[in-house]
Amino acid sequence: MTAAHYRLANCHSCGLLSRLEGDGAHCPRCGAHLHLRKPASIARTWAYLIAAMILYIPANALPIMITGSILGEQRDTILSGVVFLWSSGSWPLALLVFFASIMVPMLKMIALTLLLISVQCRSRWQPLQRLKLYRLVEFVGRWSMLDIYVVAILAALVQIQSLATVTAGPGAVAFAAVVVLTMLSAMSFDPRLIWDPLNDATPEPATPEPATPEPREPRASPDALPR
Amino acid sequence: MSTIRYRFIAPAPMLAQRRPAAPPARGELVACHECDLLQRLQPFSGDSVQRCARCRALLLRYRVDGAQRSLAWALTGVMLFLITNAFPIVTLELQGIRNNSTLAGTVLSLWHEGLPIVAGVVAITTICVPGIMLAAMLYLLLPLNRGVLPAGSIGLLRALAAMRPWGMVEVFLLGVLVALVKLTHFASVIPGTALWSLGALVIALAAMSASFHADEVWRRIGIQPLKP
Ligand SMILES: [Zn+2]
Ligand SMILES: [Zn+2]
Repeated sequence: MTAAHYRLANCHSCGLLSRLEGDGAHCPRCGAHLHLRKPASIARTWAYLIAAMILYIPANALPIMITGSILGEQRDTILSGVVFLWSSGSWPLALLVFFASIMVPMLKMIALTLLLISVQCRSRWQPLQRLKLYRLVEFVGRWSMLDIYVVAILAALVQIQSLATVTAGPGAVAFAAVVVLTMLSAMSFDPRLIWDPLNDATPEPATPEPATPEPREPRASPDALPR
Repeated sequence: MSTIRYRFIAPAPMLAQRRPAAPPARGELVACHECDLLQRLQPFSGDSVQRCARCRALLLRYRVDGAQRSLAWALTGVMLFLITNAFPIVTLELQGIRNNSTLAGTVLSLWHEGLPIVAGVVAITTICVPGIMLAAMLYLLLPLNRGVLPAGSIGLLRALAAMRPWGMVEVFLLGVLVALVKLTHFASVIPGTALWSLGALVIALAAMSASFHADEVWRRIGIQPLKP
């Protein structure tokens, strides 16, 4: 049995379980707004995700780093930076940057799309695996910021006018926005939505049971669940 | 600083309701924050880690000495944070010309290059959030270890939880290392004091967050009576 079944809301801020009485209820402990699920979770997640997808194009097409030297000016996109690392022999580094800057944002957007579609179809397929996918998306997202930091440090350090200068390019703005937007998207997704179709499938009591702190029906009792 | 003495509510009332608090017989009722399964916590007195029966999400982690541990790590973290911000991270040497950069210098150079948004993102994730989190933890944990709940704890706990995902010191450390390897191809680079303290800061912040259990402080706050 889920908390929502008894109209009990888990405070998103302090974790206190309390009864939801009407709209605009507040947590009695911390004062945060109470709701059974994150409000407009699907719409918000889509909005951030689509914005990230759109910005992903300039993030990859525009130069992220501009290197000026005696030999001329070199404009590097994320991909050409990886190719340069690979051809200069530091392939472990090339793999690391390729993974963090290209694979992770792309896989993250694909994963969030799949999660959103599966939730909207009220899919009952492999909820635990989908939850694990969500946890992975949340955990790994921040590491995409890697390339921004690399460019930032290089731009601060390589400022030797006569020999070489590095400046951050407009691609860096778009890429930073992609990372922030995908993080916001993952945060607005409510993983409990994955489980909701399964919960609704269990037969409900004929009369909606008033939310009692001590449910007495043995079938509905949380104690009947495996620990 | 006005302080209020906290009330021990152990275990916390089963439900947030204003009714005569009878001690719950079989442990507190909780809902999993990832799958919403309603379940009861096992009664505990010492260290305890409890997970959701359906999805294994963390329901509760409690260590008896958690507040002392996180205070120790927060104090370490503050010192490391100050060192990290005061000294250069890396020095670059190319044909006799030396150039070094501090953490703030990195942000400033992005700002001067006309990328204020990127400069802002770097400043927030590597300086502002870790700094504010450390200060907030000290403000919270110093009185808490003497058994006093500081004023404004509720807002502070909520702010801490909201800030946590945006502190990215560990990613920044990896970024510095990648930049170092890139530079070794054409110049000599000398790691600075701040690079070492940055590495230690990553560990201190992770240990501080791991040993701090906001849940435990929430229990001490208890349930404030609702205004009618
Ligand atoms: Zn609350
Ligand atoms: Zn769960």
